[in-house]
Amino acid sequence: MTDKKLLKDYFWVILFAVFIIGSLSLGFEPGLKIYANFSQFFLEMITFLPLMFLLIGIFDVWVPRERIEIHIGHGSGLIGMFWVILLATVQPGPLYGAFPVAYILSKKGASVRNIFIYIGAFSCMGIPMYTFEIGFLGLKFWFLRFIFSLLVFVLIGVIMEKYVGKDFKVMEVE
Amino acid sequence: MAIIIFATILCLLISLVADKQKTLEGIKRGLKMFLNLLPALLTVLFLVSVFLYLIPEKAIMEYLGTGSGFPGVMTAALVGSISLIPGFVAFPMAGILVSRGVSYTVVAVFITSLMMVGIITLPLEIKYFGKRAAIMRNALSFFGAMIVGLMIGLFL
Repeated sequence: MTDKKLLKDYFWVILFAVFIIGSLSLGFEPGLKIYANFSQFFLEMITFLPLMFLLIGIFDVWVPRERIEIHIGHGSGLIGMFWVILLATVQPGPLYGAFPVAYILSKKGASVRNIFIYIGAFSCMGIPMYTFEIGFLGLKFWFLRFIFSLLVFVLIGVIMEKYVGKDFKVMEVE
Repeated sequence: MAIIIFATILCLLISLVADKQKTLEGIKRGLKMFLNLLPALLTVLFLVSVFLYLIPEKAIMEYLGTGSGFPGVMTAALVGSISLIPGFVAFPMAGILVSRGVSYTVVAVFITSLMMVGIITLPLEIKYFGKRAAIMRNALSFFGAMIVGLMIGLFL
């Protein structure tokens, strides 16, 4: 990482640090209260986060992605649905990361319904993310959100297939 | 949190026994991800600290707490739809908000819409799916996120 990029990434952090140091030395009341909030949250995070990222790193090196990708396109019914959800769950990411994969799925013959289910699962159901959701919001919250969001994705997939038609294709973007 | 600590230690040990080289690679990858996310995390933690200072606890309870009703859910869905926050930052933030009185429903709506609805990335989505499909998918996801939150509210 270059110094310039480091400076850019930490621009706001440095600004906040200056504000906090200023508040501490001048005894600026709002700054002190904000700092009290911040230091409590920061201490909480710094104890757990590195550990959670270790788990994610281990997961990352052990999951065989190639093996799952082979199955995509094989059957567009329930089995196809199972595989797109599995693929999305082991290799999740931000919403916009799902679009290029949706194109590949479409090209390989996945059904319209499964393509849209994939997009939902990709952005919402990643196993690495579960670590964080369980850690910060609890097992029950995670489980409920898992079940209900899964139902919602499938429903969205079904509605989308009706809406755009079975012959819909995702376009290639250079 | 205890489950996660236990899971991490267990996985780390199993992985270490199975393949030392791979485990070291995994540890390296994980720590690198952590360092990459650190600036975004610190920024969000600071913003949340400012937000919680500016908005009194009573107001949070009233507008975003349990029983805040439709306005709270709508606010969460709108903020979630326009924000671009990585999940690794959103969950710690959600944890803080819950500890300060924000309801599970509001947090669930925020997180689900954050992940499924992308107003900022909509132009990109239109390139792949066309205007009609992209707008419809986002609209359905917007309402879907609210349904997920409301259902969770029934149980938590």
